[in-house]
Amino acid sequence: MTLFVKYNFDLVCKTLLKEQLDALDISYTLNSLGEIQINGALSPEKLEILTTSLNKYGIEILTKQKVTLEDRIKNAIDDYLKNKEFRTVKLSTYLSDKLHYSYAHLSTIFSENTYTSIENYMILKKVDLAKELICHTDLTLTEIAFRIDYSSVAHLSGQFKKTTGLTPSAFQRIMNNKKL
Amino acid sequence: MSDKTLSIALADDDEDDRMLFSEAIDEIDISTKLSLFNHGQELMDYLTLPNIVLPSLIFLDLNMPIKNGQQCLVEIRNNPKLKDLCIAIYSTSSSEKDIEDTFLNGANIYVNKPNNFSKLREVVEKVLQLNWQYHTSNLNKETFLFRI
Repeated sequence: MTLFVKYNFDLVCKTLLKEQLDALDISYTLNSLGEIQINGALSPEKLEILTTSLNKYGIEILTKQKVTLEDRIKNAIDDYLKNKEFRTVKLSTYLSDKLHYSYAHLSTIFSENTYTSIENYMILKKVDLAKELICHTDLTLTEIAFRIDYSSVAHLSGQFKKTTGLTPSAFQRIMNNKKL
Repeated sequence: MSDKTLSIALADDDEDDRMLFSEAIDEIDISTKLSLFNHGQELMDYLTLPNIVLPSLIFLDLNMPIKNGQQCLVEIRNNPKLKDLCIAIYSTSSSEKDIEDTFLNGANIYVNKPNNFSKLREVVEKVLQLNWQYHTSNLNKETFLFRI
């Protein structure tokens, strides 16, 4: 017998982090995917146990030096795309308000370190989100377009095709056939 | 620019194609280390050696003697040690069936071999950039599917 499952990445990661942190009796707040605010200090022993238990799931705790500005920009873009209420302002305004740097500075740092621009990354990320929704939900393209702020299905399909080289329906057909 | 070096492998039986590819990659701003293979079997022999550093991206030609691209692709995807490698198919074929078959067999990117050098440089650069994003960002590898 073969079972097919559908899952929500965001929820999986959050639940997993919650379980692991609760098990160690740590007081925390999950800020966004990729950022955990620990309330109070964390003993080195607990940090080590947490590191090992998260490692099992392929989650790595980054040290301060490793969390670069471009990673923070990426996380902020993820948040921006996932929360409709943030999108009342332009991405450039949102980023400079949140990270306290001018957009020009952010955009220079980003391009220097990631081989792409903030704009292009945002498009790639939006298409990635669309791909996830196509694969793991029953939403129609119209609903998906609405959810990630495309003005129309045509706009979504156009950008999808331009970015991935595939139409949304070709992509969906391939992913469906791959599962079998 | 970042100091990380990307290691890349190319399997292609055509000597001219290999040479052009390596010239194109040299001109790109991303620092890379390229390994070349004459056919699929040579690539597979290399990948299955113990203690090697696996390339982060493999370009595979489809039509090769001894072992073709599709066979390599299937072997790589069925090998637990290799199944997470990023694979770009690099072929002259633009038949929809070939393209869909390679995606079904687990290819991440399908590149049509361009017919001039500046185009080649452009597409190789695009593939490297995409691969870079997938290695450094929270993007879903399961849906890593592009046709360039």
